Amino acid sequence: MKRFALAGNPNCGKTTLFNSLTGATAHVGNWPGVTVDKRDGVYKKCAEPVAIVDLPGIYSLSPYTPEEVIARNYILDEKPDCVINIVDATNLERNLYLTTQILEMDVPVVIALNMMDAVERQGDKIDSKELEKRLGVPVIKISALKEQGLAELMDKAFNESKKQRHGSTVLQDTPLAHLIGDVRIALSGQNVGNPLFHAIKLVEGDELEVSMHKETLPMVEEFKETFEDETFGNDFEALVADGRYKYISKYFAPVLTRKSKEKFVSTRSDRADKVLTNRWAGIPIFLVILFLIFHLTFSENFLFISTFAEWAGNPLPSLGDLGLLTEEGDPINYGVRWLATIYDGTIYSPGVIVNNIWNDMMVGELFGWIQGLIEGSGMEAWAVGLLNNGIIEGLGAVLSFLPPILTLFLFFSILEDSGYMARIAFILDRMFRRFGLSGRSFLPMIMGFGCSVPAMINTRTLADDKERTATVRVIPFFSCGAKLPILTAVAGAIILHFTNGNGSADLITYAMYLLGIVVAIVSVLLMRATTLKGETPPFIMELPAYHAPQFKNLMAHLWDKTKHFVKKAFTIILASTILIWVLSHFSFNWKLLDDEQINESILASVSMLFQPLFTPLGFGSQLGEYGWVFVVAAVAGLIAKENVISTFATLGACLMAVLNVADLGGITVDAIYADDSGISAVVAMIAATNITVPGLISFIAFNMTTIPCFAAVGTAKSELGNKKRFNWTLVFWVVASYLVGAIVYTIGSWWWTLFIWLAVVAGVTCLIVLYNKGKIKIKLPKRASR
Amino acid sequence: MQKTLDKFAIGEHGVVKSVGGEGKIKRRLFDMGITPGAEILLRKRAPLGDPLEITVRSYELSLRITEAQCVTLEVRDATTAGEAVK
Repeated sequence: MKRFALAGNPNCGKTTLFNSLTGATAHVGNWPGVTVDKRDGVYKKCAEPVAIVDLPGIYSLSPYTPEEVIARNYILDEKPDCVINIVDATNLERNLYLTTQILEMDVPVVIALNMMDAVERQGDKIDSKELEKRLGVPVIKISALKEQGLAELMDKAFNESKKQRHGSTVLQDTPLAHLIGDVRIALSGQNVGNPLFHAIKLVEGDELEVSMHKETLPMVEEFKETFEDETFGNDFEALVADGRYKYISKYFAPVLTRKSKEKFVSTRSDRADKVLTNRWAGIPIFLVILFLIFHLTFSENFLFISTFAEWAGNPLPSLGDLGLLTEEGDPINYGVRWLATIYDGTIYSPGVIVNNIWNDMMVGELFGWIQGLIEGSGMEAWAVGLLNNGIIEGLGAVLSFLPPILTLFLFFSILEDSGYMARIAFILDRMFRRFGLSGRSFLPMIMGFGCSVPAMINTRTLADDKERTATVRVIPFFSCGAKLPILTAVAGAIILHFTNGNGSADLITYAMYLLGIVVAIVSVLLMRATTLKGETPPFIMELPAYHAPQFKNLMAHLWDKTKHFVKKAFTIILASTILIWVLSHFSFNWKLLDDEQINESILASVSMLFQPLFTPLGFGSQLGEYGWVFVVAAVAGLIAKENVISTFATLGACLMAVLNVADLGGITVDAIYADDSGISAVVAMIAATNITVPGLISFIAFNMTTIPCFAAVGTAKSELGNKKRFNWTLVFWVVASYLVGAIVYTIGSWWWTLFIWLAVVAGVTCLIVLYNKGKIKIKLPKRASR
Repeated sequence: MQKTLDKFAIGEHGVVKSVGGEGKIKRRLFDMGITPGAEILLRKRAPLGDPLEITVRSYELSLRITEAQCVTLEVRDATTAGEAVK
């Protein structure tokens, strides 16, 4: 099958074109070597099916960012049959800059002139025939969004792919032409593929090339010594870039005829931007948008309507007040059950409604029905237990998080697609620079609230290696969607068990989110002052024109995410759920245990060994013989944070068998199974262990800041790319979470320890400051030479 | 009159004369189209005063004051271009 690669600037409509061409066939994989999302799919409407590969969006083929290196290596090494270069017609000059570089490679190229509709709407014209003549490769006008011109584009590309094409350059009029020609001939003589491309890169002094072609280098150096340009002196990188743009301005730019004679036109996007990044309103608008996203996803008090109603003296009636509930508090009929997903004294936010419908009406129903079937099937008791209480409970607990994760993800996709994300970076850059980061690292961090995996992948937009490392390390501290249930379960249990329902569990949850942010800030400051010292990275970033997000693109994002999540639920999480159930129900001599014998299980015996380690964190030895349950939950979370809740369910139910129902304020085993939130299970764990409130808070703080799930660890590993750096990252997560847990627990239990911690912090700060000023020298052990 | 980009007032525009700065930053500025001869309009400053937003080669780019210091321009009179901003 032929392979076509899509290349182009970020925001040139590449993703839209990719989606239009490949439809549902797209799938996300990984690049070999540096892991970067690679998407490929199949286009079926040509003479034969063609594989389409989506390269990362890039501005240039410089050696400085990972994406650029990936794109250029793909075209050079994997040799696609044709490169489709998408050019944003509304931004011709800068887009063609990349084109001039792609054309230097020995590969068939076609140009897809995208967003022609937008150009025409402004009354401008582009002479594509003239452009085609100048470039020497086919130029096809398309609209990726309206799916116009796609068939023609693909037919042209298919035709081109049958031909041989040799690289051509726009630098032939520059003083470098001779040198480039000589180097190209020398490289051809050595049988180097793509000689023109390599020759130009060598002349530029590209660091990747210099090491590859050592024999030819002296030739270039010799020339460089005698050469002197009046503007650029001996800066060949600058000479080459200038040569390209000069050519573009002279020959390509004239193909565009503007309607307006003004050089700087004000568009609708500019007017929107005037408000959104306004000197005074910019930051408040940003805060409101951020608040709205979380409000629409999580709030059970939509737009505070019920609060306003209460102030107005007309509180909204609850379902009970309306007589729609039975004495047990269940809805009286099916219609009311639907109503209860939307309203109960307060109107729920859309995110909560979707969540309720999914959990109460769909997954809950289905799984309940399956569990009923299994119970009635007459299978052996252990099999029923494993299937119902192990597997189905576990899966149910995991799948129940799908709605909030997707809702958050949807909002972030909208921000990203609309172009507002880049403005957030613009607004916040100043603030982030204080921490030694750029405003761009805000994007991945806030995405971390949804899921660490895409957030870590997003750090690829950061050009600076140290900034990337620091950002990847703190992303898990931005509590992801899967950690939220841990927070709500424990916070809910604290309120239920310790205060008899007085107080706000939400407050605890928010405080934990805040704690995560604080830990992240402190960590970044520490790292940038010590191990990841370096210049603040540059912030030269395009601010793309605003446009309405495309429904089709959003759905494609969501579908990718859903597939990924469901796959995870049915593979790694399912496996670990089964493992935990088996380990907690069998003893070392492989005897099936009753629930109340849980302390004889393999899981208990092993965990008890580790229990003392967690004593300084408040959930170790002081919790007595059942205290290990918290250790297990935390360890299970290392596989997937969703496991913590399913572990709560499994272990909580076992503990119930040990305890007396009266201890629990009336919570029964059935209640634990019926309660997907995990609150009842945590109450059982509290009752069995007598854990204190600081201990519980320390437990959630530990879970939030420790090593994230398998998927995130794997992503971190590939994104960091460097084994040593990755190992230190793991150490960093363990140390950070242990410290955070210990600090929370000790201060919560004995307030005066606050002063000890403050003294420690002050001491460490002094040491770092003094060290950086060169007042103290620390002798690092020299590594033994091999 | 020549001055560096960070000294520009909002709405002022000019033509790039030279680009300085350390390797990586300079290359990035070049790649984004800030080369001698390019026309630049300073559009606005971020709410906290930095970074800046400019129009170059008919698209919008943001860069920090420290990066703008690397770009020297010949100032053009602000009559027509200024209108687009105000």
